[in-house]
Amino acid sequence: MSAREEILERIRRATADIREKDPVRDVPVDWAYGRPTPVGDVLDTFVENIEDYKARIVRTGADGTGRAIVEALTELGAKSVLVPSGVQDTWVAALEAGGFTVVRDEPVLSHAELNEVDAVLTGARVAAAETGTICLDHDDDQGRRALTLVPDRHVCVVREDQVVSDIPEAVARLRPAVEARRPITWISGGSATSDIELARVEGVHGPRNLFVVLEAQPSSR
Amino acid sequence: MSIDHRTEGSVAKPRLTPAPPTGSYLGMPAFPKGVKKELENQQLRRNLRHATTTIRGKRALRAAEVHDWEELRVAGEQIKNRVGRHLDHYLVQAEEAMTRAGITVHWARDAEEANRIVVEIAKSKGTDEVVKIKSMVTQETELNEALEEAGIAAWETDLAELIVQLGHDRPSHILVPAIHRNRSEVREIFLEEMGNWGTPAPPDISDDPPELAAAARTHLREKFLRAKVAISGGNFIVAETGSVVIVESEGNGRMCLTLPETLISVVGIEKLLPTFEDLEVFLRLLPRSSTGERMNPYTSIWTGVTEGDGPQDLHVVLLDNGRTNVLADPVGREALRCIRCSACMNVCPVYERVGGHAYGSVYPGPIGSILTPQLRGVASPIDQSLPFASSLCGACNDVCPVRIPISDILVHMRHKVVEYKRKTHKLPTGESLLFKGIGWMMGKGQRLAGAQVATQAAARLMKRRKYIGPLPIPGYPSAWTNARDLPMPPAQTFREWWDAREEQR
Repeated sequence: MSAREEILERIRRATADIREKDPVRDVPVDWAYGRPTPVGDVLDTFVENIEDYKARIVRTGADGTGRAIVEALTELGAKSVLVPSGVQDTWVAALEAGGFTVVRDEPVLSHAELNEVDAVLTGARVAAAETGTICLDHDDDQGRRALTLVPDRHVCVVREDQVVSDIPEAVARLRPAVEARRPITWISGGSATSDIELARVEGVHGPRNLFVVLEAQPSSR
Repeated sequence: MSIDHRTEGSVAKPRLTPAPPTGSYLGMPAFPKGVKKELENQQLRRNLRHATTTIRGKRALRAAEVHDWEELRVAGEQIKNRVGRHLDHYLVQAEEAMTRAGITVHWARDAEEANRIVVEIAKSKGTDEVVKIKSMVTQETELNEALEEAGIAAWETDLAELIVQLGHDRPSHILVPAIHRNRSEVREIFLEEMGNWGTPAPPDISDDPPELAAAARTHLREKFLRAKVAISGGNFIVAETGSVVIVESEGNGRMCLTLPETLISVVGIEKLLPTFEDLEVFLRLLPRSSTGERMNPYTSIWTGVTEGDGPQDLHVVLLDNGRTNVLADPVGREALRCIRCSACMNVCPVYERVGGHAYGSVYPGPIGSILTPQLRGVASPIDQSLPFASSLCGACNDVCPVRIPISDILVHMRHKVVEYKRKTHKLPTGESLLFKGIGWMMGKGQRLAGAQVATQAAARLMKRRKYIGPLPIPGYPSAWTNARDLPMPPAQTFREWWDAREEQR
């Protein structure tokens, strides 16, 4: 008997006492999925919780994004900036005007080359206010996973309409990405560890600095 | 605990990675013997008290923030029950979904089979080293030593696991494996060992945690950038979509999941969730219960191979290794809901004082005391002692995010241990004779009255004492009274008091 058949057989023997064979009828789940969490002002909560992780966040009008990106990268002390292919042209133009070296992943960069770049600039898919979480689905404006991992500084532009109250709404918005089998990464602050005496240390292997630019919708300003 | 030194002296083959301590978990002494050593270690007790107190407070704060926390716990319980009770259905569904997405799925009956599968894949890639994400299940199978045997170095990349590996040590906690070490011990380990296995720690390094974390970053970065094969566990597999989920803090997980060409994930068969939406329940329960954060810094979800992004060769090894034994017990199977958050050990008064090493298992604390003897059976002295390693205070029940009735299962497992001993011992054990005697004595009022007269007589001999301390009678009496003070038998028994009261009427 193969290991697969044997394990399945062991499971069937172990659960022989369970008469109802339909999992949904056997164990009802009372939870209502996808509900918003009451958090007061969603955007204010998002800003507070990002800051609670000791990450930086600034709010800007839609026409101020380029300037906010340049200021963020200057504050972080970056000189070279990695830019995924789908990032808006106006942001790239702002970088070039600001005197940054714009690095593209074309041809595909090696790990060692990625390690040499100071920062990466991306968009996002959805963000959750209650936990200060940014979800990437690695679409063209976010790039492959290594781009937001190896460089030490990450500047991430989140649009206000991408911010939802909490994880249940965010998971619902990620459904199309998982159906398209895109990889998904959730980021809540910079990398951190509490492995030594449970003292939180910001910055281990992932980007040590996360800087969020929260962009208002054009109509609202 | 002092730092063990390399034990390679007698072995001809030089070690590729730091040697773990000698001996096996199953060979460890029973819990009451094991804890003697740990309890004498004041440094260990100080480290543990500090760490568990801090993390308990953080968990309580983050759970209280969630207005529907209890509803969430019930949802976690129900979803996990649904999976466990119909595990064959969800495993087949998950296998199909993962295979469709380009993941090669393997099945392993036990630890040895899982290790063999991993070693074969790694060997077929022609590599002599792998990087690892912290994974309890590969600790359970002792994969690192199987790889070492096969000439492949396994590098732990989680900071705490690195401290444990470089310290020739064992993990003592499922979330913070080096919780028993303080900063100055970590500094010593890094100074002494890092240079033997890669980039050394800066010679002038202090015991400041950020400096120690920076040394780990430098030490590991070269290993991440050159690794061809990575090995992980898995927090969840979504049966419906075949997605694998890993939650972490440091980014070492993302490094391992993203940079190498091959990724092998060893996952226990109970780790399934039916749908992608179920993550909204578990990714709220888990971080708040384990590290006491609103959300852990990084969560990675991958659904098969993505062209041009991350490993192009993905494997998942589905491991039984005793889990079906747990499932076969209608009471004990509730332990399979465990999502390895560690809230139960952080709140446990026994764990706080003795630490994780005395439990003789990679799963210490309350959950380990019910899970380990079910996974391994109750044949060894250590496994027989684990269900008794508790005061049954029940604090663990209240913090468990999936509402496992841990203290009920502890009592159930105590029963199983007694039943096992009765079946396997030809002669009755001292314990069973004792309880037979008590049963006989309490079976009739006259016998109990006689026994009470005897205790009153004994009390008169010991008059002037306020309580009975340790008794110098070998065996159970001294073992029991060494840890407990008994009140003195009263001058008047209840029966005497009743009779006197009736006469006065």
